[in-house]
Amino acid sequence: MGKPVKIVLAGEGGQGVQSVAEILAEAANEKGREALYIPNFGVEQRGGVSVAYLQIGDEAIGAPKFQTGDIVIALSDRAVARTRKYVGPNTVFVYDSGIENIQDELPTNTDKVYAIPAIEVSKNELHPRVFNVIIMGAVLKATGVVAMEDAKNAIEKKLGYKFEKNPELREMNFKAMDRGAELVAGLA
Amino acid sequence: MPEKPIQGEKRVFVTGNEVVAWAALAAGAEIMYGYPITPQNEIMHYWTRMIPKYGRRFLQTEDELSAGFTTVGGVLAGRRAFTATAGPGNTLMQEPISMAEAMRLPIVVVVQQRGGPSTATVIYSQQEVTLTTLGGNGEGLRVVYSTATHQELFDYTIKSFNTAWKYRFPAFVLGDGYQAKMRESLMFYDPAERGIEMVPTEAYVGRPGMPGADRPPTHMRNTYNMEEELYEVLQGYLADYAKAAPEIAEHEAFDTADADLVVISHGVVSRACKMAVKELREQGYKVGYFRPITLRPMPEKALREVARTAKQLLVVESAQGQLDRLVKEVIYGSTAEMLPLFKPGVGITSEEVVTRVKEIKG
Amino acid sequence: MTVQPAMPKCWNVESKPHKFCPGCGHGLVLKALGQAIDELGIQDKVVFGCDIGCSLLSWDFFNVDTIQTHHGRTNPVITGMKRANSDIIGVAYMGDGGGYAIGSQHLVSAATRNERITAILVNNTQYGMTGGQMAPTTMPGQKTETSPYGRDAETTGSPTQGPEMVAAIAPEGAYVARGSVANMKQLKGYIKKALENQMAGNGFSFVEALSLCPTNWRTNARDTWKFLEEEMYKYFKVGELRVPGPREKEGQ
Repeated sequence: MGKPVKIVLAGEGGQGVQSVAEILAEAANEKGREALYIPNFGVEQRGGVSVAYLQIGDEAIGAPKFQTGDIVIALSDRAVARTRKYVGPNTVFVYDSGIENIQDELPTNTDKVYAIPAIEVSKNELHPRVFNVIIMGAVLKATGVVAMEDAKNAIEKKLGYKFEKNPELREMNFKAMDRGAELVAGLA
Repeated sequence: MPEKPIQGEKRVFVTGNEVVAWAALAAGAEIMYGYPITPQNEIMHYWTRMIPKYGRRFLQTEDELSAGFTTVGGVLAGRRAFTATAGPGNTLMQEPISMAEAMRLPIVVVVQQRGGPSTATVIYSQQEVTLTTLGGNGEGLRVVYSTATHQELFDYTIKSFNTAWKYRFPAFVLGDGYQAKMRESLMFYDPAERGIEMVPTEAYVGRPGMPGADRPPTHMRNTYNMEEELYEVLQGYLADYAKAAPEIAEHEAFDTADADLVVISHGVVSRACKMAVKELREQGYKVGYFRPITLRPMPEKALREVARTAKQLLVVESAQGQLDRLVKEVIYGSTAEMLPLFKPGVGITSEEVVTRVKEIKG
Repeated sequence: MTVQPAMPKCWNVESKPHKFCPGCGHGLVLKALGQAIDELGIQDKVVFGCDIGCSLLSWDFFNVDTIQTHHGRTNPVITGMKRANSDIIGVAYMGDGGGYAIGSQHLVSAATRNERITAILVNNTQYGMTGGQMAPTTMPGQKTETSPYGRDAETTGSPTQGPEMVAAIAPEGAYVARGSVANMKQLKGYIKKALENQMAGNGFSFVEALSLCPTNWRTNARDTWKFLEEEMYKYFKVGELRVPGPREKEGQ
């Protein structure tokens, strides 16, 4: 009750940041909750850091942007640097453990900093393309901001047309969600 | 007979640009003229995809001058016509808008503000307030609705057609890049099912019958030979505008009666201010919230009352005093201290507003 | 990066890798322009103006004075500069939207006044930076964001033939050509002649460069080239349209 959960996701263009944010927003909305999602955008059509701001709550959401995130997720080195300013003492900060040379960039003002080997797991066990879905699974397990079932339904809704052609994709995406949840459960 | 685009009511979760396209459809808008400029492009994308089903029309023009003038043409032909633009496109549109002001033409323009001046950013600002309320070489005889939520984008896009056709002044929906691109939920509805009757349009030109014989010809001009002629015409317009203003003006306010500081904002920034004021009140600060919904005409009576009782007015906007200027004009004579929180081209969070009020209060 | 790709000398290395999308034709056109500038030795004389659209990303592309202007307004800005200082070699760079839609009146005026500037227009048949809307050069049946069911030539006209129009209205002394990024040697040759035409003070010079946009065409590498060489070549003919003849002296 009260304030909405504030989430920032950031990564390189093409890593699927906006997709994850949209799916989470849709999942929350489907459940009748209030959600507000806004992407960042500049002039370049490709490349650059992609940032998504997402708020999920039970009352009407205020401003589309905010100063401090409750959950901040960074999927690349540039994203880590870019999202530092959204980290506060209670922020949960999740990043991919495969990102190199960012030890100095990681936020030090919160103790909830989690490294998830999402890229590695996606490459070795599933497919590099679902690495963002692994991260989504991890975030959902760590925060419970949206139920896993609801997120899976939202993925189905958004990508169902692709799954029709290739049912293996559905299995892979859902497995990625579960793997992400496992990875973060192992950290708790 | 093409079916109605929205039947009954339904909750949706879409971007602001999509909301505008649907609202225009629901309002019975018949033709859109437009030109690409970020961040309003998707209004055209949705409109062009949906119109074959609903029998509406579209033209992408060569630029915004043309988009504005073709919209003027559409309205002269008696159609509910509209266009949308942003930033430098808005600057160009002022020429055709001036023509609409001069000739009392009910065009509807949706503006999704972006950084300025010049190309600046494609993202967001509240820097087109002066341009949208007072642009062109005239006296600002126009109606401007500044929306803050997707529900309002829907409601006021529909309303702007009615306001334009009823009072015959150009009407604007002033949004911004955040509203354009963000997703939130709202209710789509069929205006008729909510008792909203669309003001009928009428053609200025092309009516049946022989001009001069069966009917008077339409002779419309925007040029006058002598100063006195222009003066007379404008006096008439100004009187019409003054009469309509109290019927058109809208605002939203709370906790102002006993407030010693009132936060004044418009558009999407008012969402941050609303949250901030509520939070500050909970912490014991005697602050109030005032938001003009119409920037033209400003809700003068309500604003003057706020300025009479409050000791301090904090104007919060993503521009360098464009709202502030409009407020000052309305409240001239008030002894309230005017304080700024100006962030041209940058979003404002509720945390920032809270911090600023606490800084003022010491 | 151990091996530096061959870049024209007048390119600004600091701003590389550039911000254009992978597969974009702008990099190629700007390479041809860079090579032409190098070969003519005019790097210190050129003033480069870019439009608003994807061309705006070239604002720091060269080690050449560059002004980012407004959408469609690059021709008049460069015209103004050249009129005020005829020592500079003015290059106006724009897309098909900037040149043939919003800037068409300026292109026409620059042509009919025979402005001693060089306009280079990149034609990729749609508005790139704003997300792929229809442009004056969009071809019949081509799907874009504002012609989602395919461009209907009946109601929206046929693709603008820009160099043909300029060739028809420009006075003697103008140079007009259309090249393609599929033939870089030829494109560079046209651009070089266009610049030489300005240097000789003959008249307006204009080169349209047929280019690529896999992002908004939604094509892979192979289909991107195919679109240019099979589809675009149907509507846009490559070649020189106006080459100034020898100048007649007064009274002779």
